Parts: sequence; structure tokens; C-alpha cells
Amino acid sequence: MARMKFLCDAERCIECNGCVTACKNENEVPWGVNRRRVVTINDGIIGAEKSISVACMHCSDAPCMAVCPVDCFYRTDDGVVLHDKDLCIGCGYCFYACPFGAPQFPQAGAFGLRGKMDKCTFCAGGPEADRSEAEFRKYGRNRLAEGKLPACAEMCSTKALLGGDGDVIADIYRDRVIRRGAKGVEVFGWAAAYGAGKPGAPAPKPAPAGGKS
Amino acid sequence: MKRALLLTAALAAALGLTACGESEQVVVYKQGKYQGKPDTRPWDNDPLAGGGKWTKGDRTSWETQIKERQLAQHEHKRIYQ
Repeated sequence: MARMKFLCDAERCIECNGCVTACKNENEVPWGVNRRRVVTINDGIIGAEKSISVACMHCSDAPCMAVCPVDCFYRTDDGVVLHDKDLCIGCGYCFYACPFGAPQFPQAGAFGLRGKMDKCTFCAGGPEADRSEAEFRKYGRNRLAEGKLPACAEMCSTKALLGGDGDVIADIYRDRVIRRGAKGVEVFGWAAAYGAGKPGAPAPKPAPAGGKS
Repeated sequence: MKRALLLTAALAAALGLTACGESEQVVVYKQGKYQGKPDTRPWDNDPLAGGGKWTKGDRTSWETQIKERQLAQHEHKRIYQ
């Protein structure tokens, strides 16, 4: 069973904001709402600057789901956390509960009036007919129903941002880390943290020292 | 008279001590249930022309094609370039 996740490689992210732009364009996200953004630490310090791209992480035990007073959140069979905008009351509880600041609220009128919550959908639309006009208008493109992955991950020029099944992207990332010559990679990955996906699978062999990534 | 006074004192003591009772204050969290509209699943759609191929309604075939697409993110193991 797929558990759709994002993974951002801070060694590769160059803060180009291509993912942010791809998301905006693909889903026609309204002005003032950023479903995805790039966060940089040690900005301007040579050698210490790191960036990662952050959006909804589609948590396995999502705090937004726990605090929602109208229970408008649901998790799809492939692990994507989505919500019903027809039910959302725009209270903002999910914004306070989310550790990633993923829920966004469009300004719906004068005096700072909040609209319905909007967040990354893993390009999986929402509870409307798949690939319909209503779904696009409320939630954006449903790329999963088109057999595609989220636009941000597929557009990433350095492939810093990976999107897909947690097991698969953890394997991709582990392979990269091995090629960089890191130690202790055999204990890294989704399966190591949350249970083996392939029982009895041998641990990957570390690359020889001095190998380039 | 004495009995009435004793009864009143006992009643007052009982009323006064009711606030001293210790009730359970730990909230038992109940998982909410989704109240919105049902959603369709990605594999219940027909594949688009020129895109990934899967059999409508077959989850395994959809997952197979999306996994192939995921592996395209691995520059060392791309199956098509």
C-alpha cells in the first residue's frame, strides 16, 4: 500500500522556488495563499546556508484532523490528507495545530475576514468528481487521478524534492546518501523507522570512501 | 430543637463538602469521524491518452505505473531517458 510522502534533500535544494511556482501554476492558487514555500536557514552565510521546501507533509497521525471541530479532514487510501471545503468553517484551529504551517487562509473580504482553509493536496484534488471543473476550482488539479505525481516534485530541477510512496522515495534518498559516502545509512529510511517493507532484505552496502554524489 | 439544629448542621456540612469531591479531569480523546462528502479514488478513473497506463478500478496496476514514475526521480536508475 502506498503512503504518499514528500522528502526534501537539504543538500540539493538551491532555493530556486521552482516548486512554489509549479504549485501556484498547476493549481491556480489564489493570491496570498502559498501551499508550498522554501525555508532557508543561515541565509547568506557561505557554506552554512540550507534550504528545504515545505508544504503539507500528509502526516500519518495528522494533528489537523484531530483538532478540526467539524471533522472535515479525511485520509485517502494512499495516505494523502485532504479536506472538504464545503464543510470547513475557516476557524483556523488546524493552522495552530500544524507543525509545518501548511493550512492557509485566503482573505475572503474586508476587515481580514478569513475564507475556507486551503492546503497542499499532494495534487490529489478533493471530494468532488475526479478531474472535474468543480474539483479544480476548489482544490486544484488531481494529478494522481491522471497517473502523475505532484507538480512540485516532478518539476524540481535538482530533484531535491521527492514525492511519492514513502518506501520508494526513502530508497532513492538512501541511495544518494550511500553515494555521498555517509556512514550508518543502513539504519536510514521509512522501513527502518516504521517497520520493514521487505522482511529479510539485506542492508545496502556503503559506497567506498571518497565517492562522489 | 436540638435535633433540628444537628440536622441543619449536618446538611450544611454535606453541602459545604460537596465541592471537595475529586472528579476525573483527564479528557478521553475520541477520534472524530469524517463528516464530508465521499471521495473517489485515483484508480477508478480512465487513464489519459499519452499518460501512464492502468486498468480502471485496478489499484495494483495504478500503483505499478505510479511507482515507475516515482523511480524516474532517481537519476541513477531512470528507466527512460
